[in-house]
Amino acid sequence: MVTLRSLPPESPEASDAPQLEIRRQSDNALTLYLSGPWLLREAVPSVTLVKEALEAGGRVRRILIDAGGVTGWDTALPVFLRAVVALAAEGGAHIDGSRLDEGVRKLLQLAAAVPPRQAATPRARPGLRIRTGEAAIRAWKRTAAFVVFLGEVVLSVGALLSGRAAYRPVDFGLVLQETGPRALGIVSLISFLVGLILAFVGAIQLARFGAQIYIADLVGLAMAREMGPMMAGIVMAGRTGAAFAAQLGTMQVNQEIDALKTLGISPVEFLVLPRIMALVLMMPLLTLYADLVGIGGGLTVSVSLFDLTLPQYWQETVAALTLTQFVIGLGKSVVYGAIVAVAGCAAGIRASGSASAVGEAATQCPRSLTLRTRPRDAGSSRPPVPTRCMFRLTG
Amino acid sequence: MAYGDFVVMRDLNFVVRRGDIFIIMGGSGCGKSTLMRHLIGLKRPAAGKVLIGGASLWETEGEERDALLRRLGVMYQSGALWSSLTLAENIGLPLEQFTDLSAAAIREVAAYKLALVGLAGFEDYYPSEISGGMQKRAGVARAMALDPEILFFDEPSAGLDPVSARRLDDLILELRESLRTTMIVVTHELESLMGIGTNSVYLDVETRTQIALGRPRGLLEGCRDAKVQAFLTRGGQAAPAGPTERANGEAG
Repeated sequence: MVTLRSLPPESPEASDAPQLEIRRQSDNALTLYLSGPWLLREAVPSVTLVKEALEAGGRVRRILIDAGGVTGWDTALPVFLRAVVALAAEGGAHIDGSRLDEGVRKLLQLAAAVPPRQAATPRARPGLRIRTGEAAIRAWKRTAAFVVFLGEVVLSVGALLSGRAAYRPVDFGLVLQETGPRALGIVSLISFLVGLILAFVGAIQLARFGAQIYIADLVGLAMAREMGPMMAGIVMAGRTGAAFAAQLGTMQVNQEIDALKTLGISPVEFLVLPRIMALVLMMPLLTLYADLVGIGGGLTVSVSLFDLTLPQYWQETVAALTLTQFVIGLGKSVVYGAIVAVAGCAAGIRASGSASAVGEAATQCPRSLTLRTRPRDAGSSRPPVPTRCMFRLTG
Repeated sequence: MAYGDFVVMRDLNFVVRRGDIFIIMGGSGCGKSTLMRHLIGLKRPAAGKVLIGGASLWETEGEERDALLRRLGVMYQSGALWSSLTLAENIGLPLEQFTDLSAAAIREVAAYKLALVGLAGFEDYYPSEISGGMQKRAGVARAMALDPEILFFDEPSAGLDPVSARRLDDLILELRESLRTTMIVVTHELESLMGIGTNSVYLDVETRTQIALGRPRGLLEGCRDAKVQAFLTRGGQAAPAGPTERANGEAG
């Protein structure tokens, strides 16, 4: 076997860029001359050059690596060499690394010390059919888990009604305060703006017919029946539902929920039940509040921009709204409250593993909820005309 | 023991006698903690039984199972104290739920349990206000709240400095001396398992089963298995030379 002495590469500008020169010494020997700075931030030559050289001629039995001209190196060099070693092993060639720096050799040995685990080889991306199937199985498992969770919630409500539920009234009080009074600010803001927008957008159309007075009907009906519960629901989903998911998710990751289970305390009774009760109790109150603030928003626009007087607006609102309208809205709000609380807690309980799972649970909850509350609105009741036109306007 | 189709461990069979300090040991990722989750009723084993004093943990339901679980106390790896409650409330919660003690009596008991683990005077601190080592000790106090017959410890010394780890070991020994509680400890800390273990099982990652059973000190002298020996001697003398030789052949 002929091994020629390493000849210094002939390129004069060798020092300012990493260079790779491949020479075929004889039919079955290849020499790689490496020179210049082999650093990650430099554009290091690709291994494909070596691969091409290997494929170009006859079978290569021996690869000599000469890194004598390398002026500096970091991870880039061992990574390149490791790829060369892999190529050589593939083609049955022997690597002669005797002219390599001692440090580089040590690093290569270290990386090769433990053979790669079989399962750790990069998995090929499965085909569309397999991925669809796997997604379906995952969806099925999640649905099944959710149904189980729902069942536990129903059982815990049963336990509550029979007075056996294990939860602390103190906790319930805290959640009540967190979901109710603390949410007033954001609910005020959102519903006032919604009332404002409804009135403004509606009034421009109604003014064409000289029918500005019906702004009061539009805003009143829309807020009481649809927008009040929906806005309160969305705020609760984004604020409280996400908070529930984050709280329970953290407890899950921190094994606090395991600690409850091993004591024989049901986490659903202890943690989920008070939250659902609090939200179901608070939602109608928040909705009623949102209704009134929204009507206030409509009133502000009408009186200041569309020449209606306060008594006129008041009269018209009172005439348009019956108790039934409010009751419909409040009924919806209870349902939304239950959905938000159950979904938030379910997302939290499902979280497992790490801190990122908590974030995932917290963001996932309001997203799925806002999607869930909207179609319910559009389909479950037939809104009177003004509300329907409102829907078209607000999208 | 399995996650989905992936079998973590098979053919496990061991007996923990009353008053033992039983060590579950093995390399990282071999399933020590998973085994413990089976034993404390958090994860149903794919096959087999967990018998506690003759009653099968995974074949009972409802009240009976809860009663069985209450005979166990668990200290979790991170302490897992309920973060919204003070230490006294943490210890008081199980008592509140399962006994008829008055609030004052519960507080008394909580203070006593905290004093046992060297945390007297910390009753009104929240878990986030004390150090990791203290959280673990408070976790021990909570695990003992209902005077369980069997105490589980998940990696008691992980993440603690040597002195705190030693103190926790001493605590475990003292508690067994005075309360005659059976202890099951999941750990890979050599000093700790040598110091306190009266019996142990070694789980092996590669063969996915138990390969040694016995008192840790006895295993060190008597067990012929190379893997167990390597574990108990921190790799011994042979291990560091191994990789170098093999790598020479491949890369040199």
